[in-house]
Amino acid sequence: MTNEVSPLTPVLTKRWLSPRSWTIGTYEQLEGYTALRKALKAHPDQLIQLCKDSGLRGRGGAGFPTGMKWGFIPQGDGKPHYLVINADEGEPGTCKDIPLMMADPHSLVEGIIITSYAIRANFAAIYVRGEALHCIRRLNAAVKEAYAAGYLGKDILGSGFDLDVVVHAGAGAYICGEETALLDSLEGRRGQPRLKPPFPATSGLYESPTVVNNVETIASVPFIVNGGSDWFRTMGRDRSPGPKIYSLSGHVTNPGQYEAPMGTTLRDLLELAGGMKDGIPLKFWTPGGSSTPLFTAEHLDVPLDFEGAAEAGSMLGTTALQIFNETVSVPWAVMKWTEFYKHESCGKCTPCREGTYWLTQILQRMVRGEGTPADIETLLDICDNVLGRSFCALGDGAVSPITSGIKYFKDEFLALCETNAVSTGKHALAGAH
Amino acid sequence: MTTFDERPATAAETEVFGQDTVDRARAIIARYPRSRSALLPMLHLVQSVQGHVSQAGIAFCAQQLDLSNAEVSAVATFYTMYKRKPCGEHLVSVCTNTLCAALGGDDIYAKLREHLGSDGKPLGHEETSGTPGEPGSITLEHAECLAACDLGPVLQVNYEYYDNQTASSALELVKALQSGQKPAPTRGAPLSDFRKVELQLAGFFEDNESDVDGPSAAAETVRGAKIANEKGWTAPREPDSVEFPALPEKK
Amino acid sequence: MTVAPEKSAELVVPEGHVKLTIDGLEVVAPKGELLIRTAERLGIVIPRFCDHPLLDPAGACRQCLVEVEMGGRPMPKPQASCTMTVAEGMVVKTQHTSPVADKAQQGVMELLLINHPLDCPICDKGGECPLQNQALAHGRADSRFHETKRTFPKPIPISTQVLLDRERCVLCQRCTRFSSQIAGDPFIELLERGAQQQIGIAQEKPFQSYFSGNTIQICPVGALTSAAYRFRSRPFDLVSTPSVCEHCSSGCAERTDWRRGKVMRKLAGEDPEVNEEWICDKGRFAFRYATAADRLLRPMVRDADSGQLRESSWTEALRVAAEGLAKARDEAGGVGVLAGGRLTVEDAYAYGKFARVALRTNDVDFRARPHSAEELEFLAASVVGTSPESGGVTFRQLESAPAVLCVAFEPEEEAPIVFLRLRKAARKGRTKVFHLGQWTSPAVDKTFGTLLPCVPGGEPAAIEGLFFNSGTAEAFEALSGSGSVILVGERAAEVPGLFSSVLRLAERTGAKAAWIPRRAGERGALDAGVLPNLLPGGRQVTDGTARAEVEQAWGLAAGALSAEPGRDTDAILGAAAAGELGGLLVGGVDPYDLADPELALRAIERAGFVVSLELRPSAVTERADVVLPIAPSTEKSGSYLNWEGRRREFGTTLDGTGALPDCRVLDTLAVEMDADLFTQTPAAARANLERLGATASTRRAEPPAVPAPPAPGAGEDGVLLATWHQLIDNGSLQDEEPNLAGTARTPVARLSAATAEQFGVVAGEQVTVATERGSVTLTAEPADLPDGVVWLPLNSGVSRLRRELGAGHGATVSLRPQARGGNS
Repeated sequence: MTNEVSPLTPVLTKRWLSPRSWTIGTYEQLEGYTALRKALKAHPDQLIQLCKDSGLRGRGGAGFPTGMKWGFIPQGDGKPHYLVINADEGEPGTCKDIPLMMADPHSLVEGIIITSYAIRANFAAIYVRGEALHCIRRLNAAVKEAYAAGYLGKDILGSGFDLDVVVHAGAGAYICGEETALLDSLEGRRGQPRLKPPFPATSGLYESPTVVNNVETIASVPFIVNGGSDWFRTMGRDRSPGPKIYSLSGHVTNPGQYEAPMGTTLRDLLELAGGMKDGIPLKFWTPGGSSTPLFTAEHLDVPLDFEGAAEAGSMLGTTALQIFNETVSVPWAVMKWTEFYKHESCGKCTPCREGTYWLTQILQRMVRGEGTPADIETLLDICDNVLGRSFCALGDGAVSPITSGIKYFKDEFLALCETNAVSTGKHALAGAH
Repeated sequence: MTTFDERPATAAETEVFGQDTVDRARAIIARYPRSRSALLPMLHLVQSVQGHVSQAGIAFCAQQLDLSNAEVSAVATFYTMYKRKPCGEHLVSVCTNTLCAALGGDDIYAKLREHLGSDGKPLGHEETSGTPGEPGSITLEHAECLAACDLGPVLQVNYEYYDNQTASSALELVKALQSGQKPAPTRGAPLSDFRKVELQLAGFFEDNESDVDGPSAAAETVRGAKIANEKGWTAPREPDSVEFPALPEKK
Repeated sequence: MTVAPEKSAELVVPEGHVKLTIDGLEVVAPKGELLIRTAERLGIVIPRFCDHPLLDPAGACRQCLVEVEMGGRPMPKPQASCTMTVAEGMVVKTQHTSPVADKAQQGVMELLLINHPLDCPICDKGGECPLQNQALAHGRADSRFHETKRTFPKPIPISTQVLLDRERCVLCQRCTRFSSQIAGDPFIELLERGAQQQIGIAQEKPFQSYFSGNTIQICPVGALTSAAYRFRSRPFDLVSTPSVCEHCSSGCAERTDWRRGKVMRKLAGEDPEVNEEWICDKGRFAFRYATAADRLLRPMVRDADSGQLRESSWTEALRVAAEGLAKARDEAGGVGVLAGGRLTVEDAYAYGKFARVALRTNDVDFRARPHSAEELEFLAASVVGTSPESGGVTFRQLESAPAVLCVAFEPEEEAPIVFLRLRKAARKGRTKVFHLGQWTSPAVDKTFGTLLPCVPGGEPAAIEGLFFNSGTAEAFEALSGSGSVILVGERAAEVPGLFSSVLRLAERTGAKAAWIPRRAGERGALDAGVLPNLLPGGRQVTDGTARAEVEQAWGLAAGALSAEPGRDTDAILGAAAAGELGGLLVGGVDPYDLADPELALRAIERAGFVVSLELRPSAVTERADVVLPIAPSTEKSGSYLNWEGRRREFGTTLDGTGALPDCRVLDTLAVEMDADLFTQTPAAARANLERLGATASTRRAEPPAVPAPPAPGAGEDGVLLATWHQLIDNGSLQDEEPNLAGTARTPVARLSAATAEQFGVVAGEQVTVATERGSVTLTAEPADLPDGVVWLPLNSGVSRLRRELGAGHGATVSLRPQARGGNS
C-alpha cells in the first residue's frame, strides 16, 4: 500500500488544464514524445517486459493484463501485426476516454507508437465512436501533427520503424465496444462478435495478430516508459496498480473526472466531489457502467479496483460511477437500462436478442403497474437463461441491473405489483394475448 | 408475383455522387490495408451528399468496394448513425439513457417532441420537422449514452455537445436552430449542419482546420485535475532515470 | 447416465487424436473435431439449429450448450458444442447428464419460441421441422410469454422462386452462410439489429443464385419456402425415393418426393463423394417438363393419306417402324442413329447395340451438339473407361489439387457442383483455379480464379503459349504441381486443335485432363459405345480383337460387325440431306442444339424414313414417320455415368405409369426386325453390358495430334463470337417452371469498351449481332473481353444463337448498335 500517495494522482489528466493541451506544441513542452524517443532505443521485447512488470491492466472494463496481451502476439510469423485502439466508449455512465482524447490526444498517439513498436505493428487504427465527433477532429489533427513531426510514417526518428495510424469513425453501435465486434466493424462488416478462439492475438484484424487496447490503457504507456514499472506501482494496489480515471455522474454535487489511485473508494471520491447533491441520500450506484451489478450505500467502502469490486459482487468495469439518490425508482432505472440493452443487442445469438426483448416488455409492464410477483420470478429465470448463455458479454451485462436490482430492492418491484393488485383487485397479466 | 428489376445501377443513379465523391471514396479506400474497411466511412460520405443512406448510396458503396448491395445494406442497417430517411439541416440527439433520463433527459425529449410535432402529434424518433435538408429543418432522435454523463443531461446537435441541459434550455436551443441561428455548442466546433459533419466523420476536414480548436474542457472534465492542482496533489514523482528491464531470454 | 469404463477396452489414442469423455463414455476423436460431432458419433444427439457440418461454425442459436470440464476444472459457463473443439482429458456433459446443460437448452428453446408464430398447421415445414420437433420433445407445455410478439408482414418474395417469412426465422444464418460461403452469392444477408434483426435482400436486388434452393432445404424452420412447393403437400403424405439428377454430368444424389403418382419436389441427397449435400436450382426445380400437358403418351404413325401423325397401338407403330427401318437399311443406303446426350447408360447401350445389330451400321452418335473428329480421338484415347477406381479425376481430387485449369468450360453454368467444389477448394486456399476463357465471369471471381484471356478459337494458341508467356507462366508452374487437373468442356469440340493442345499441356505439366460434358448422358453413352468409332467398353471399331469380343457376346457371326468407323452426327445428317441415307432413328435430339439446325431439319425431311423416340413434341417428331413415346427419368430405372466415370444408379420413382424406357422400346423394335438386344429392362440391359466385361485387346487409341492453329481474327468488319450455355435458359427440360425461369441470368451482349466504341455501341443500349442467317438483339454490357469479341448466351431468351444465327463459339459475326425502340 502507498500511504504517502495523494488522494488524487493526476497522470493521464495532468495536462488537461494546460492551454491548448491538444496541440503538439503544448504536448512537447510537457515531456511529450520523450517516452517515444526512449522506447525506440529499447528492444521491443524489453517494452513488453516493462509493461508486464508494471502490472498495467486493461482500462476498458475487463482488466486483462496488458503486457501479457502484447506477449501473446506471435513474433517472426511473417504476418503483418496490428494495433487497434478501442475508443468506442459507450457503456452507460462511461465518459473518461472521450475527455482524454479531446484534451490530450497526443498521449494516445505516443502510446500507440510505442505499443506498435513493441508488438511490431506497422498499422494502427483508432476506432472512435462516431458520435464523438470533436474527439475525431482532435485525434485527426494530432495524427497529422505527429506525421509532420516525424513521429509517424516511414523510419520514425531514424529508428527504421514505420507506422501508419488511421482514425476510424464508428457509426453508432454499442456492441462495437466488444473487441471482436469492433474488428468486424473495422473490416467494414456488421459489428457482431466473432468466435473465440481464434483470439485476436493470433487472428484479429484481417486474420492477422492484433492487439486491441482501450484508450486509457494505451495512453498510460508513455508514462510507464518514462516513470518505470516501480513508479507506476507506487499508485494503486498490488494486483491493480496505477492511477485510474473515475467518472462521477448523477446526483453528486460536483460530478466530473477524478484521477485517483486504483482502489479508491466511493466514500473518498464522494468527499472530493462535494457529497450527494442537495444532501439527498445515496440509494444505488454502478461501479463501472450499467453492465456491472449495482451497489448500494453499503458498498461505499469497497476498494474500487478489479479485486475489490469483484469481491463485493460486482465488477470494476470502466469506473463509471453513476450515482442515484433516493428519488430514483430502481425498477424504472432497470427498465431504462434493459431498453438500452435491447436496442444495442446485436441480434446474433438467441439469449441476448430474445431475452432483452422479453425482459424489456415485462419491466415496462411492471413499471406501468401491471406486474405480478410471478413476473419477478420470471425475470430472474430469464436472466438465468441469458447469463453465461449468450455469445458475448453483452447478454451478461444486460441482466446485471435486473438481478442486482432485484437482489437489493425486491421490495420496490413487489410494491409495483401491489399497486396492480389494489387497482384491479387481481394479479392481472396485462398484455396477455 | 413480384417482378424484379435487376439492371445494374445506371449512370443516373451514380451521378448523384459526383467525381469529387468518387475521388473521396478512393481516398478512403487508400487509408486501409483492405478496401472493405472503407465501408463505414464511405457510408458517412454518402450521407454527407444526400443527408441519408439512399439506395443509390448503397449501390455507390457496393460499386466502389466490389460488394453486393445486400452486403452493404446489411452494414448500413446495423448502425444507428446511418439514416434511412433524409435528415433535417440539423440532427438533434437527446440522451435518454438512465442517468441522463433521471436528471431530466426524458423531459427534454418529451418537450422537444411536443414542440417539433404537428397537428397535436409529437414528433417521433428519427422524424423530421420541416422539409429535410432545408434551413431550420430538424430531425429528432433519442440517443443512447453519449459518454458525457458527468455533464448530463446532454444532447447533441450534429454530434456537437450541448451539456447540462434542461427542458427549457433545450427548447430555446431548438427554437434558435429553427430560426436559422447556430448557437455554439458547449463542447465542439461552431455549429454547421448534418451533412457537413458527416463529411468530417468520413475523415475529410479540409477547410475546417479551425474546428479542432472548438472548446472541450468543461468544468466537470477538469474537476479532479483542478482540485489536485489547488491542493498541490500530484502523482508520486517519477524517478530521474529508469532503466528498461533486461531483454527476456528467448524461450 | 453413467457408464463405467471397461478396463479391458482401454482406448488407443492414435497420433493426431485426443481422448475425452462425453456423458461418461470415453471416446477418441481427431483433433479439431467439434464436440457436437464427436457426441453424434457416440449416438448422443445434441439439439442445434445454426450448426451445419458444411458451413463455418456460427455459435449463434446457443441451442447446443453443454457443460465442459477441462483439466479437472469446470468451465464457468456452458459451452456451445458446435463451436468448441475436442481436447485431451475434456469431460463433457450434455443435456442427458447435466441439469445445467438441460436447463440452458430449455431456456434457449423457450426464447426461440417467444416470437415464433403458432402457424405450424399452415407451415410447409410442419412435420419435418427441427424447431417443431425440438419444441415437442423438450419444450414447455405452456407459455410464460404474455407480452407482444414481434410481427412482420407475411412472406415476401426474395426471388421469383424463394419466399421469406421473417416471423418464423430463428436467425441461425444457415441461409446467409450458405450463400456467402458455399455459393459465393452474398445476395441474402442479415439486416437490421437486435430484436429487429432479419434476413433480407437489398432493395430491387433479388436472391439470384443458382443454388438458392439449398437455403430452403437447410432452413431449420419454415422461414424459407419455394414458390414451386408452397402449400402443395405435407411431408408425411409424401413418399421419398432416392434418385439421381438427370440434368448435368455431375450426377448429384437427389431425393424425389412424390404423392399420388406425381413428383412434388426434389431435394439434395447426401453423397460426400459427389454433391455433398447441395444441388443446383435446375436439379431441384426443373422436373415439371415430364408432366407437361403435351407429353407423348401413345405411339403415333404418319397417316399415309392425310400426311398427319395419328395415335396408334404399340403393335402398329412398332411394325411400321420396323418395316420402314428395315427397308431403309436394305434398300435405301442405310439408317443413321442419333441417340442424344440425355440417356441412361442402359438406354444408350440399347441404341448402340440397335445400330450394330438391327441396323448393321456404325453410323451412330450421341453427340447432339457441335462435335469434331478430334473430339472422337480424344474421347477414345483419354476419356472412355476412366473412373474413380481406375485413377480418374474425381470431385475429391479437385479439392486437393494444387491447381485446376478450366478450358472451354464454364463450371457454374455447365456443371454447378463442379463449380462448388472448385470454390470450396479455392476458398480453403489450397487450390489455385485458372480459367482459359474470354471474360471474368462470375465463376472466375467466385473461385478466386485467374482469367487467362484469349479470343474464341484462340484457346489452343493460348495453351501452347502458356509456358512462354510471362503473364501465364505462373499458371504453367502451378499446373506442374503434383495432382493438378485440366478440365475441358463441351465447347472444346468447336475449337480445332484444342483437345490436342490440352493433351500436350497435360503431358508437359503432368496434370491430369478430365472431360466434363454438359449433359447427364454423354459420358455413359461414350462408355456404352454410342459413337461411330467405339463399341461398348472403349473397344475400337477398327480393332479386330475387340470386335470379336463383342460379336461373341452378342451372339453374332464372326465378322458381322463392320471394321469401318461410321459417320458422326454431322456426316449422318449430311448423308441424309444428300439422299445417301434412307432412314434415321432419333432419340432425344433437338435439331436446334446442333451446329447447323437448317441442315438437320433438311436431313430429317429428306430422309426416307424417320423414327423418333421422344418425351414431348419436337422438331423431330413433327417430321417423323413414327413417334414412340418413352419414359422420363422418374418413370424408369437405370444409371448415369457422371463426368468422373462414377456410376450413378437409381430406381424407378413413379412405378406403373406404363411409360417405357428407350431400351425396352428398342428391344421390342429389334425383335420386330428379327434381332435380339436383350435390353427388355434396364436391368437386363445392364447385365448384357456387363457380360462384355473389359476388353482383352491391348490396342490403345491414338490421341489426337492436331497442331494448334494461330489465334483467329475476325477481319475488319466482324467480331468473333464467344458463347456458352447459361445454366437456366431455354432448355426444354426447364419447361413448365416459371419460378425457376425468373431466376435466370438476364441475357446481355458483353463486349469490351474499345470494341463498343469501334462499333458505336453504347453500354446499356441495344446491340444487334448478326450472321447471314439472322440476328439477335440484346442489351450491351461492358466486360473485360479481348477486343474484337462479343459474348452472348447460347440459348437464353431471344439469344438463340444456333437457331437464329446458325453460329457458335468462334464464329465470325457482325455487330451494330440498335437504335432505341427499333428492331431488326
